[in-house]
Amino acid sequence: MNSRSSLRTRLVSSPYVVWSILFIVAPLIFVVYYSFTNSSGNFTLDNISALSKYTPTFLRSIWFGIVATLICLVIAFPLAYIISQKTEKVQRTMVMLVMLPMWMSFLIRTYSWMAILQDTGIINSLLGKIGIGPIHMINTSGSVILGMVYNFLPYMIMPIYSVMAKLDHSMVEAAQDLGGNRLTVIRRCIIPMSMPGVVSGITMVFVPSVSTFYISQKLGGGSFDLIGDVIERQFQQSYNYNLGASLSLVLMVLILLCMAVMNRFTGDEEGMVI
Amino acid sequence: MKDNVIIELKNISVTFEDLQVLKDLNLYIRDKEFITFLGPSGCGKTTTLRIIAGFIEPDEGEVIFDGQKINHVPPHKRQVNTIFQRYALFPHLNVYENVAFGLRIKKTPEKEIKKTVEEMLELVNLKGFNKRNINSLSGGQQQRVAIARALAVKPRVLLLDEPLGALDLKLRKDMQVELKNIQQRLGITFIYVTHDQEEALSMSDTVVVMDGGIIQQIGTPIDIYNEPKNAFVADFIGESNIIDGVMIDDCLVEFSGHRFECLDKGFAKSEAVDVVVRPEDVDVVAPEKGMLCGVVTSVTFKGVHFEIIVDIGGFKWMIQTTDYEPEGAKIGLFIEPDAIHIMKKSEYSGIYGDYSSFSEEFDELSNAEEEVEE
Repeated sequence: MNSRSSLRTRLVSSPYVVWSILFIVAPLIFVVYYSFTNSSGNFTLDNISALSKYTPTFLRSIWFGIVATLICLVIAFPLAYIISQKTEKVQRTMVMLVMLPMWMSFLIRTYSWMAILQDTGIINSLLGKIGIGPIHMINTSGSVILGMVYNFLPYMIMPIYSVMAKLDHSMVEAAQDLGGNRLTVIRRCIIPMSMPGVVSGITMVFVPSVSTFYISQKLGGGSFDLIGDVIERQFQQSYNYNLGASLSLVLMVLILLCMAVMNRFTGDEEGMVI
Repeated sequence: MKDNVIIELKNISVTFEDLQVLKDLNLYIRDKEFITFLGPSGCGKTTTLRIIAGFIEPDEGEVIFDGQKINHVPPHKRQVNTIFQRYALFPHLNVYENVAFGLRIKKTPEKEIKKTVEEMLELVNLKGFNKRNINSLSGGQQQRVAIARALAVKPRVLLLDEPLGALDLKLRKDMQVELKNIQQRLGITFIYVTHDQEEALSMSDTVVVMDGGIIQQIGTPIDIYNEPKNAFVADFIGESNIIDGVMIDDCLVEFSGHRFECLDKGFAKSEAVDVVVRPEDVDVVAPEKGMLCGVVTSVTFKGVHFEIIVDIGGFKWMIQTTDYEPEGAKIGLFIEPDAIHIMKKSEYSGIYGDYSSFSEEFDELSNAEEEVEE
């Protein structure tokens, strides 16, 4: 009986095991393999040592990622709280509105921002009508971060909202009951209890922000190279798979380090998000 | 009589959507008393408690605390604290920090916080649990933390919303005694909500019986039990045989085809009334010596006594007796004058007090349902 049920469990789980070996473990092994070999397949550390010249790009990527994540958090937390306080019907509508941009292609969303921000774009032509500007907005670091925030904001709102929506309201009442005004209740009760959602929101925004490549090309005009752009070029233009792989590997390690540091600061229980 | 009043509710009405939950409720609560709101689920007892706590504002009426109208005072500015049904402890804080929560908000000095928290944890027998995680505690221990947390801020009134509902029977009994002790030791007002009549009778100074958003009766546990005002109260508190009767004269009532002496007076001549006879107040005698005669239709052994159902002229009586009577036996019943309680007819007349459809399984089923709803 025992062995049969374990056989069945194995049968049921086998597609997932095959899937993860094929599409998660194998690619990772390839990345590591390419990182430490040259184009003829011999072991080398050249790819890794060549990385030092990309240090500014790495730092910029991480910096932009941190800024975009923080802005998302500042916008998403109050919004998620406001949504969670509404009636169920209103909540559903608002959640749908949050998700709505994600139904459109990522490319189209980013192109739209180009049209909006250009020197001859929608904002500047409106400003021109009332005699202001033009203000140069596109191809700045600000426009790149705006693109990240816009594209990844739902990933911050959703996990925070889903934790807040499940909070036991009697705990909020208990905090009020013990003398907490609105602000105290939020600070001492709602914020700490929403931490799991905040941590997974940060992960879900920070990781794609750091590794994004398209946004910086379209909204940064090529002057704000991010590490994702460099990796893309290695594969698409220089055909240097080995350098591309080593860049990816280091990026992965850096992201893991950032998440580990963050989990340190946000407590132990939430450490399982990564 | 009213100089000792701490909370007064005047003409309170509350409507949720289309449902009127409280109808013109009037009540005053004396300082330092243990008062219990008792009633089935949906009777408005929790709503009343939440009005006092400040979580619900009544549509009409006044809430008066210590002579001041507090209708619009938010919960955090009231001198009352609540023990919630599911404790509502903060899972992100340990036991010490949970108890210290209210004190920290008040910006109490650290030294004083430590002293109060230790004191409170000792009061609820949780000494040494300071660093424990809330989720690692049993239900009873969580309950104690909730009590310590509420008492740490030194409320004038403690509100308890079915606090023992989630505990098992043995623990519940222990906690009842403990709560009563704490209340007497601290000398503060406890307002307790429950649907458990035994709990209400054993702990309270005053019991408020509610049904359908209306107070049915207010009184001491003994009054409520011995002198129920109507068929609802008589049935809800303990077991009762409620029989249609006619008042012949002062201290003389006729029911089940027999005239009985009783102690009640002040009714109109030949007024239709409800007669209450508690199952434990009926003496079983030989058929020829009895005032009433009947046939035993079922016997249940209850440990302390037998519970027998007796058919008397089609009406089924419940009688608790220590003498075994077999099913089918013909027995006589003897009822002393002081065992008879007369009530005026009410909207509840005829609904309760007949044991012809009595089944313990039914009883348990309906109890279980009630708990789920709560």
